[in-house]
Amino acid sequence: MSPYEAILLTIITASTPLLLAAIGELVVERSGVLNLGIEGMMVMGAVCGFAAAHVTGSAWLGVIAATFAGIATSLLFGLLTQTLMTNQVATGLAITLLGLGLSGLIGSGFVGLPGVKLANVSIPWLSDLPYVGRLVFGQDPLVYISIALTVGVAYVLNHTRVGLIIRAVGQNHASAHALGYRVIAVRYACIAFGGATSGLAGAYLSLVYTPQWIENMTAGRGWIALALVVFSTWLPARLAAGAYLFGGVWILGLYAQGMGVGIPSQLLSSLPYVATILALVIISTNRRLSLINTPASLGQGFVPDR
Amino acid sequence: MQLILEKRAQASDVMNLLSPVLAILITVVMGGLIFAAMGKPPLTALYLYFIDPLTSWWSIEEVLVKAGPLVLIGVGLAVCFKANVWNIGAEGQLTVGALMGAIIPVLWGEWQSPLALLAMLCLGALGGALFALIPAWLKTHFGVNEILTSLMLVYIAQLLLDWFVRGPWKDPNGYNFPKSVSFEGWHLLPMWGDGRMHLGLVVALGAALVLFWIMRHTLKGFEIKVVGSAPRAGAFAGFSQTKTVWFCFALSGGLAGLAGLIEVAGPIGQLQPHISPNYGFTAIIVAFLGRLNPLGVIFAGILLAISYIGGEGIQIELGISSKITQMFQGMLLFFILMCDTLILYRLKWISAKPNQHTVGHTS
Repeated sequence: MSPYEAILLTIITASTPLLLAAIGELVVERSGVLNLGIEGMMVMGAVCGFAAAHVTGSAWLGVIAATFAGIATSLLFGLLTQTLMTNQVATGLAITLLGLGLSGLIGSGFVGLPGVKLANVSIPWLSDLPYVGRLVFGQDPLVYISIALTVGVAYVLNHTRVGLIIRAVGQNHASAHALGYRVIAVRYACIAFGGATSGLAGAYLSLVYTPQWIENMTAGRGWIALALVVFSTWLPARLAAGAYLFGGVWILGLYAQGMGVGIPSQLLSSLPYVATILALVIISTNRRLSLINTPASLGQGFVPDR
Repeated sequence: MQLILEKRAQASDVMNLLSPVLAILITVVMGGLIFAAMGKPPLTALYLYFIDPLTSWWSIEEVLVKAGPLVLIGVGLAVCFKANVWNIGAEGQLTVGALMGAIIPVLWGEWQSPLALLAMLCLGALGGALFALIPAWLKTHFGVNEILTSLMLVYIAQLLLDWFVRGPWKDPNGYNFPKSVSFEGWHLLPMWGDGRMHLGLVVALGAALVLFWIMRHTLKGFEIKVVGSAPRAGAFAGFSQTKTVWFCFALSGGLAGLAGLIEVAGPIGQLQPHISPNYGFTAIIVAFLGRLNPLGVIFAGILLAISYIGGEGIQIELGISSKITQMFQGMLLFFILMCDTLILYRLKWISAKPNQHTVGHTS
């Protein structure tokens, strides 16, 4: 394998959890809900995925468990913000704190145990092609799922009736309600979708990226995913580009550390966080770009007048 | 019959005070269930967690030592959240405050005078405030969401501290451990009691009282509340949103930085890679549990300090992971938010039939 292939492969591995978590949040925000609990849902996915895979020996059962853990955590968020009308920012923080604590508790028995790695796809002949074989036909299945999800979300949001309803609910929930759409139900569904992809993102960390359980192993990726959604101006294609760009920054730091260039490792480790802030500044300076797609009802609760 | 939420004509003051009590009760019951599910005796575990820390003077001192930073950071965040300014990065401001204050013991170790300690306290607050002004500036200047930036800066601050204690500020006689020189003499806070209690607690109480007075009796306090709850009305009254954001970040960052300095110049006595058990994040819960009211924050700070000590206690006695602390803290915030719904809404049973009689007074 040539070095450029190796670097591209690791970039994709670093980007996929960001893309998975962010594509779900994009749908959530398009429906007008701001779920800051990605980090919590992700870490719950990571620990439940690892535990299920370790106990059953099947990585796929781990992936499924992680998805459901993400959905369950997100429904807690839905219950509070949609049914009980709590503040979405505070509730998202609560979900993150709760998820980090609960995952630590569940995972305390799994620290240091060997994990199960999700096997890479292997297609006879195609995966062995020079240069592009491993890259295009030999990734792990979640990479393909993340790309399929991105394409699917882009299609559904822009070309289907369901997408139109989601966008309507996010732009103006009062009008959507007046037209007879069930705003709260639509939002619950979107929140659950966001939970599922965040759970998958967590599973990616504990079943592919580093197949073991490490406390707080999400390391702020949930927050970076949130920033990516803002950076993408709520457009799936731009989101995917952003996710791979960020994966690139992450890997660049790791490689530079490995090669021992004379830069302190802490500075290189802080690159993704610095890059996130810079990206947010750049996108926010461009008012037109950042406002044109912002869901108008983002972060506002909807109370139907009966 | 169906249970619905009905909007109250006016926010309920009673529920505002009752909600945290209710939330604590639910947390305790849920905690008991979790202990039982883990196969531990629930009542013993709950006793060890919540009551045992208050049964000996030694552990009461421990609780007060932990409550200090929580109250100090919590009151600042309470003012922020009141103004609808979301500073989530207090943990980072705490870290930078500790670093700034440590300049004196690390670089001017021979300067021994009460003034040195005063300078350290000022530098700590200044460091936290300046670091907090980064997200404030990004918000008011570029319109960047302060939640994400203040949080990203936590990671950056922690890496910065890590670099300092492993690199330029590493103790040359420290056997290569990642730590700075030990602080000595006037570079440490005055201690009393059994040698754990320190000046930090007094500073925290003082800050809470001053902020209570500011919020209740001054124009600035009024301005913060108006800008937070009715920004348009605030704008018409000539209150500047930008100034409020800067004020809130500088205040809460300064207090967090002070708390960080107090930790390293108090209980820890040196710089090391980890200086806080997530005080900056726990203080968010403290602020909400304390009703965003500086006096309430004092009680909330003590309660969450108990959760730290209780968590350590049951780890030793029952072998439960100390992660249970973070779990309890998260649950508590979760249930407070849930119970807070009852401030603006009341629960009401309605019959499942189409209900003409509720239409009149709900809409």
